[in-house]
Amino acid sequence: MNYQFDWSVLWTGQSGQWLLQGLVTTLEISALAWLLAGALGVLSGALRTAPWAPLRAVAAFYVEFFRNVPLLVWMFFWYFGVPPLLPKPFQDWLYDHGAEFWAGTLALGVYHGARFSEVIRSGIQAIPKTQFEAALSTGLTTMQAYRFVIIPVALRLIIPPVTSESLNLLKNSSLALTISVAELTFQTRQIETYTAKAFEALTAGTVIYLLLCLAIAGVMARVERRCAIPGMIARAAPAEH
Amino acid sequence: MVEFQRVNKWYGSLHVLREISLRIEQGEVVVVCGPSGSGKSTLIRCVNGLEPIQSGEIVVGGKRLSDPSLDMTALRAEIGFVFQQFNLYPHLSVMENIVLAPLKVKKAPRPEAEKIARRLLERVGIPDKASAYPANLSGGQQQRVAIARALAMQPKIMLFDEPTSALDPEMISEVLEVMTDLAKDGMTMVVVTHEMGFARRVAHRVLFMDEGQIVEEGDPQRFFDSPASPRTKQFLSKILSH
Repeated sequence: MNYQFDWSVLWTGQSGQWLLQGLVTTLEISALAWLLAGALGVLSGALRTAPWAPLRAVAAFYVEFFRNVPLLVWMFFWYFGVPPLLPKPFQDWLYDHGAEFWAGTLALGVYHGARFSEVIRSGIQAIPKTQFEAALSTGLTTMQAYRFVIIPVALRLIIPPVTSESLNLLKNSSLALTISVAELTFQTRQIETYTAKAFEALTAGTVIYLLLCLAIAGVMARVERRCAIPGMIARAAPAEH
Repeated sequence: MVEFQRVNKWYGSLHVLREISLRIEQGEVVVVCGPSGSGKSTLIRCVNGLEPIQSGEIVVGGKRLSDPSLDMTALRAEIGFVFQQFNLYPHLSVMENIVLAPLKVKKAPRPEAEKIARRLLERVGIPDKASAYPANLSGGQQQRVAIARALAMQPKIMLFDEPTSALDPEMISEVLEVMTDLAKDGMTMVVVTHEMGFARRVAHRVLFMDEGQIVEEGDPQRFFDSPASPRTKQFLSKILSH
């Protein structure tokens, strides 16, 4: 092996700045897409269990349509496919204001929203129907029963799979480099191009993704403990009494 | 207060309620008994619209349930329902379980709702459990919270669906005591139960159901001492013999 390691490429020149910018962009696109995915997921997941068939059908259509097309295709679709259909002034505005970033956010958000939706549906369906009946019996409307009883319990039940899905979303944001969003993977490729030190550049990217995901998993584990429903099984910590 | 007029209900091809006609007066305590699958739970679940019916009419407090302009939510707020499995909200404390509907349905101010909740917890004998979570309570305590939760809406009628069937024997009496007090206070109650002692002491009327029909009804003394139908006799001999 005659590869000459040169780790200094990571802190000389513009590398540090690129990595930092890439990290910020990754966090921005992931956070926005996560909010969109969460909103779409809760709404469509809840609608899939609603007592009205047309609403269930709309939600099922959303889920099956968006989760069954590759994320990469959605990236291309929102970036190359959709903008030309928009009115010219709006198109121009979009290309001046980071069209690739918004297309990437939308693609990630709607794709993972469909996947979140299934997780949320499974959480809701794990709750006995009689809980819903109990809420209705006290005079709550269907909406109120979902808002105050069904969804809060379901969200607590699904924290572990939601954590996995959230980490997937963050990692999948790297696909946005294909529509030239300057996120973390894009920036490591850039360092590689400028320095010809692929191993060092990709190692930096790998370590940053790993630390980021471990940090999120750690935070979610705390959230899980704080939100645990008293008396539910499968808790690492012993019960209070 | 509650009236069934020739009510029929099917689950698919299963005819669970057959031509049920029934009147329950204000302040009356009615116990419904019968073998499992006889339709007794279905009967009371129809009163607050948890189960739709296919023919006939149910009138509650002068309101016809078939009326398309009926505000079902408002009607349910006046009907307390207590389930066999308690169905407390597991993520909320006892206090929050009780005040949720008064706050969200009646838009009661929180201090007032909490005051009523504390009074109700006192009444059901667990004033010190306001901040506990359902999972930290015994079955009997959970069921008493469920009763308090239903009473918090100041219902005009209380429906009980086998309220003691999921309880250990020593907890049954604490729940029955609360229900007896409620009956003494003049609450209109329909109770599906196999607690024949309770029926004898508290009920004004006992209904016996079998295969979706009301086979026999009468005041407790006549019902237990001289049942007319052989089916009733057979049922009573089975459940009273141990």
